[in-house]
Amino acid sequence: MQTGYIDSIETMGLVDGPGIRMVVFLKGCQLRCLYCHNPETWDRVHSLLTTSEDIAFRVKRNLSYYQNGGITFSGGEPLLQPEFLIDCLKRCKELGVHTALDTAGVGIGQYEEILSYTDLVILDIKAIREEDYQKITGHAMAEFEKFKEVLVRLQKPVWIRQVIVPGMNDTEENILELKEYIKQFPKVEKVELLPYHLLGVEKYHRLHIPYPLEGVPAMAEDKVQKLTELLKR
Amino acid sequence: MNIYEEEWRQFKGTEWKESIDVAKFIEENYQEYTGEDTFLAGPSEKTKKVWSICEDLLRQELEKGVLDIEVNRVSGINNFEPGYIDKESEVIVGLQTDAPLKRIVNPYGGMRMVEQALGAYGYTLNPDIKKHFTTYRRTHNDGVFAAYPSDVRRARHNALLTGLPDAYGRGRIIGDYRRIALYGIDYLVEKKQEDLKALESLDLTEYIIRLREEINLQILALQDMKAMAASYGFDISKPAKTAQEAIQWTYFGYLAAIKENNGAAMSLGRTSTFLDIYMERDFCEGTLTEEQAQELIDQFIIKLRMARHLRTPEYNELFAGDPTWVTESIGGMLENGHSLVTKNSYRYLHTLINLSSAPEPNMTILWSDHLPENFKKYCAKISILTDSIQYENDEVMRPLHGSDYAIACCVSAMTVGKQMQFFGARCNLAKALLYAINGGCDERTGDVVVEGFEKMTDDVLDYDKVMTAYDSMLERVSKTYVDAMNIIHYMHDKYAYEAGQMALHDTDPEKLMAFGIAGFSVAVDSLSAIKYATVRPIRDENGIAIDFDIEGDFPKYGNDDDRVDQIAVDLAQLFHQKLSAHPLYKGARATLSILTITSNVVYGKKTGATPDGREAGVPFAPGANPMHGRDESGAIASLNSVAKIPYANCCEDGISNTFSIVPDALGHTEEERIDNLVHLMDGYFTRGAQHLNVNVLNRETLLDAMEHPDNYPTLTIRISGYAVRFNRLSKEQQLEVINRTFHGSI
Repeated sequence: MQTGYIDSIETMGLVDGPGIRMVVFLKGCQLRCLYCHNPETWDRVHSLLTTSEDIAFRVKRNLSYYQNGGITFSGGEPLLQPEFLIDCLKRCKELGVHTALDTAGVGIGQYEEILSYTDLVILDIKAIREEDYQKITGHAMAEFEKFKEVLVRLQKPVWIRQVIVPGMNDTEENILELKEYIKQFPKVEKVELLPYHLLGVEKYHRLHIPYPLEGVPAMAEDKVQKLTELLKR
Repeated sequence: MNIYEEEWRQFKGTEWKESIDVAKFIEENYQEYTGEDTFLAGPSEKTKKVWSICEDLLRQELEKGVLDIEVNRVSGINNFEPGYIDKESEVIVGLQTDAPLKRIVNPYGGMRMVEQALGAYGYTLNPDIKKHFTTYRRTHNDGVFAAYPSDVRRARHNALLTGLPDAYGRGRIIGDYRRIALYGIDYLVEKKQEDLKALESLDLTEYIIRLREEINLQILALQDMKAMAASYGFDISKPAKTAQEAIQWTYFGYLAAIKENNGAAMSLGRTSTFLDIYMERDFCEGTLTEEQAQELIDQFIIKLRMARHLRTPEYNELFAGDPTWVTESIGGMLENGHSLVTKNSYRYLHTLINLSSAPEPNMTILWSDHLPENFKKYCAKISILTDSIQYENDEVMRPLHGSDYAIACCVSAMTVGKQMQFFGARCNLAKALLYAINGGCDERTGDVVVEGFEKMTDDVLDYDKVMTAYDSMLERVSKTYVDAMNIIHYMHDKYAYEAGQMALHDTDPEKLMAFGIAGFSVAVDSLSAIKYATVRPIRDENGIAIDFDIEGDFPKYGNDDDRVDQIAVDLAQLFHQKLSAHPLYKGARATLSILTITSNVVYGKKTGATPDGREAGVPFAPGANPMHGRDESGAIASLNSVAKIPYANCCEDGISNTFSIVPDALGHTEEERIDNLVHLMDGYFTRGAQHLNVNVLNRETLLDAMEHPDNYPTLTIRISGYAVRFNRLSKEQQLEVINRTFHGSI
């Protein structure tokens, strides 16, 4: 049994992986993405302490719902609590439940073991060039590269996500480059471009954190739809 | 005795020919459909014409409150001239009166209600009728009040018992209207005469004497139906020969019911698969096309949408939007593992597209995880598009009622033609808890409603002490409730007997007495607060607790927390047990529902502050729903709490749960949303839950609809067991709906 720091649990997540899923939001993240809409998950202040046993108990209790769905570990960055994550994943696999990781791919190692119990990785690709990556996340790309290497080698199914921000990465050129870049993943099941929205702003004000994208408008959904078309061609 | 060779041509089986057995007929003749919805047809020109006239009339009705009232005749199966919407274009005919949406006066229930309702809309009853019902005969209402003991009067007056059918029709009875199509009136009369004869060998007790009179009333009603149908140019003495006749004959049966009665819920039963058999036969003979089949169903549904009853404004405050609960049960399984889904199950649901969404008829899917996947997906699709259908668990109801049952009103299951129910509204268990604390005194009026109790004087409420007092209080309240019900149904049979509907039942069917609970989650959370937190009553000068000071946290119903959910289970069982201890009218069996419809608003208004922290006058949660905003652990945890309430041997009259989710949270694409909704239902019902109302919409849409009702004329939402047009709710009710938990956040 391992203990973990979590922000919350959603018993009915319907958009983070296939089917109905339990979504566990782990606390803590090293990245400081300009558009992050969950700043409350950056550190471990106000965490709920839970155990891998409790997570498995909850999954088992709601198994009738999760049979066609599963469990998703999200955050924050789930990779930052490898011992807890591995034990949770193991226990869920014992219950026969589909497991997913919703991650930016920036953890502290043990990637092989983590991924050996993972059925799907929802990978948030912040940017594909070092300078853009640093600009958006405030962090070097090296750790992401390490995770990506393991992920590619283990040939895990992947959903690719990227947040599209006006004036930052909303060009056709960007999307075509992304399209080229993701060819290295052997099993891409889905690519989702997520339009940047303003729903996180209020949280920053509440937490008294200056909002880095002050004044940047929400991304127009129709434009994102057009960009998504490019990926399909 | 195959006397109807032509009418019964091609039909298999013999048992159903010898005695009345519609279920057997269906089992032996229906064709399950497991395919997709691609065969469905759009509305015909005739349908469009009829529906556009109706839409216009409905708009006028909405402006005026009622379109018209017939004041020179009273309710009855054959008391009105035939009426039409557009005779040339109608393929199914028959209206309650001689004109669409013209309402019937039914004085058998009580004159005061009639006069109040007429007065509210500026009408006056024909003085001869008034004289007749006030001078020469008595009504249901007169009878009830001549017998009510003082306990019942006080409980009614203080809103401990509310919505009792003591001045209006009890409803909730479903005639097996299909019998007319399958057997024709003459056969049914013959069977009733045989039953009457069989009773002669018995000792003629009061029960049998009354039964003999009832059977004779039933025979008269059957003959009235025949005459009423003849006025429209149809001879229903024999079985139906075609699909059109089968629908028409079935509808005449239902029409007779709503001409004769104004019950709160006048449900249709389970007709879609039965009628599909006739359609398949016509297809086989090359006399029907899919377009014509859909036209017949569309026009049948239009008729059902036009059913109306005359109500008082106070009634509308309890049950908003002029509901009639023309509930139709669709789907479900047979014991042999096949579903009862047919193409006609799709056609019924498809009317919500052809004729746009609408609250009536109250389409109810009898869900099983074994239903064909294509049908499940189609239901989910229609739910997402229209918010107009509800779901009930076939896997918990079929073991109790067999495979030919139907839902009356919202959640009340009965075997069609073989069981009936005595409807009994509901008892406010949150108020009863306050009475236990306040020595039987009402917290609003100060009246001593239940005598013989001491007011609690403790500084901090003690759980065991409160539970002991609550137990005794429920003992007394259940007697009062049973007394009221026994009187009501005795008098209803005596003065407003539903002869037409009972003629379409087996003689002397099983009787269920349907009691109900309001304020369920408030009572449960209050008990949890008393048990797990520190609750100090704040008392007025008379020692009545008018508010509560709560210190510390406590587990709340709706979070899948057994500490409080067990309190909920125990409370439902305790109340059911106490009700069952009393002898019930006509040997009925006690059932219980947790269902409020929109009355949770009025109930809340009439209940003081409660120990769970709810302020005085604040609406209760509807049905068995957790209190708004207290289900903090996500949707599944909330559903799990409700799923724990036992159905069999306890809440067999239904456990209503309303679930609202925002579209974006349900999935990114239409396909995802459909799949997720299907799995959600499979998950919920596999846990033994009974009912789910599904709304897929944004709170912002409702807020906008409040501001600009004209932009949302057909916006339909589901509330605790029924669907209603959002713009027909009062402001208060609209706000209450908006304040409910919407699952899904970013």
